[in-house]
Amino acid sequence: MTPVQAVIAKELRGYFVSPIVYVVGAVFLLIFGLLSYLYVVFAGAQAIQLMQMQGGMAQINLNDLVFRNLFASMRFVLLIILPILTMRLFAEERKLRTFEFLMTSPIGINEIVAGKFVSAFLIYLGLLGITGLVPSVLMLFSDFDWGPVLTGYLAMALLGALFLAVGLFASALTENQIVAAFVGFGILLTVWLVAGLGALFGDTAMGHMVSYISFMEHYDRLVNGLIDTSDLVYFASGLALMLFLTHQVVDSARWK
Amino acid sequence: MVARGLSETAIAIASSILVRPDITPMIDVQHITKRYGHHTAIDRVTFSVAKGEVLAFLGPNGAGKTTTMRILTCFMPATEGTARVAGFDCAAQPMEVKRRIGYLPETPPVYQELTVTEYLTFVGRLRGMTGPNLTSAMDQSIGRLELGSVRHRLIGNLSRGYRQRVGLAQALLHDPPVLILDEPTVGLDPKQIIEIRELIKSLAGSHSVILSTHILPEATAVCQRVVIISGGRIVAEDTPEQLSARLRQSEKISVTLKSPPPDCETKLRAIPGILNVFQGPSNGTFIIECALGRDLRDDIARYIVANQWGLLELRTISMTLEDVFLRLTRHEEGLPQPVEAAS
Repeated sequence: MTPVQAVIAKELRGYFVSPIVYVVGAVFLLIFGLLSYLYVVFAGAQAIQLMQMQGGMAQINLNDLVFRNLFASMRFVLLIILPILTMRLFAEERKLRTFEFLMTSPIGINEIVAGKFVSAFLIYLGLLGITGLVPSVLMLFSDFDWGPVLTGYLAMALLGALFLAVGLFASALTENQIVAAFVGFGILLTVWLVAGLGALFGDTAMGHMVSYISFMEHYDRLVNGLIDTSDLVYFASGLALMLFLTHQVVDSARWK
Repeated sequence: MVARGLSETAIAIASSILVRPDITPMIDVQHITKRYGHHTAIDRVTFSVAKGEVLAFLGPNGAGKTTTMRILTCFMPATEGTARVAGFDCAAQPMEVKRRIGYLPETPPVYQELTVTEYLTFVGRLRGMTGPNLTSAMDQSIGRLELGSVRHRLIGNLSRGYRQRVGLAQALLHDPPVLILDEPTVGLDPKQIIEIRELIKSLAGSHSVILSTHILPEATAVCQRVVIISGGRIVAEDTPEQLSARLRQSEKISVTLKSPPPDCETKLRAIPGILNVFQGPSNGTFIIECALGRDLRDDIARYIVANQWGLLELRTISMTLEDVFLRLTRHEEGLPQPVEAAS
């Protein structure tokens, strides 16, 4: 087992010993389930309306009526929940003075950052995996296109990775877990609102540039089933930037 | 480029021939200074630790002990000066230094959510140990610190003393040539303190150890050399015995009497060799000062018994390291100049 794997294993163990993962997981799955249920019920109501108007069987599009709405709603849920998943990663090390031990172990800062990020991401992927039950069950009773659902999941995974990296960065800034969660939440909300700022400039070069910074349009395109390299580049570079900044913050924390 | 590379190689070869490794100190600190803004935490600290030597780092809180240790363990860089461990520069080759150091910080760096075994496994893996290597190192470490009975318990449920020992087990796990222990006996009960001191003593010879402490008898008990640091500067460096001898001006004897006569002090002063007598801290206790190098206990005892003053207690008050320490760190003026590290 390499040092990075050791860090991942230790963090995963920490997650399952603390109540955080259970609470976050339960809330995440509950909201996902509830939203799915609501959108399916709405879709059903619309189908009945259509049937009454047109008579016979109405064709309803689950991709449009359920999944797109569901993925769009999950953005906000992820924004609130993921900083809670990452808040302890560095803040707790600093609070409990194990940070000094990590930094004096023969392991690089990038290995520590990578290990911590991967552990949180694995937890998140596990939760996403469980939500796979929803489309799987819907498949039994209806017919929909799996393509956009899978790109929607890709979008959730990429957005989640970015959010987790932001949360990890926030956690490295402080030794208070609550502060870490709020800072992460604040950064994400600000970046979200940048999309509105971009819309303010309208269809200009400036407007496009500002909108590009926010994750909204990149996420939405993927959810709509469009895999564009520029969106993938956005998520990859955002992730790399946040992990790099985390590295810098961790490195500078030793000087204090 | 090539020429420079060649000359560097030549220097490396030359120095490997010229410098005999047994003379090179394991820890070599040269004029390190650490500043935080305008505050100077340590100021041109210089000392060295030979292979197999145990060095105590003494000083009041905020003197710079922990800062020095943090620089040595590559946790933070020094503002100026160089620190080398096992021949590797802390600033230039931190990984090499970290591999050779076992470090116990002030607060034992334990993860509460792990059991002792899990924790030591994690520590071992961070250090690249695997398989049977790790298992045997763990068994040895657990045995040395008598953690066998708690090895499967969560560290969060252990007492302070056990956590401290788990922290020490962590530092010893990879059997490093250099150990840096920041107050290793804090939080232990007296029996454990003695055991840990014995453990540290047993490490001497094969390991170089720096331990910081404010418990002075500890320094006397386990260390061959003491460095006293105050206000970020080294104020004294010597063996514990010589340090106290250097600052001792007279022998002191304390006697406690059951029924001392009113003119007891004057009468005692009449015994030849006694310089001064004064009232001690409690009633019936007297502190007797006599000339350096003369043991008058026998004379005093005989005198008191002959006069039937009821001798309850008689003991010498030697100048402990504690006194030396207080004297050195309280008034800094008029002290001997800081002793340069033996090189």
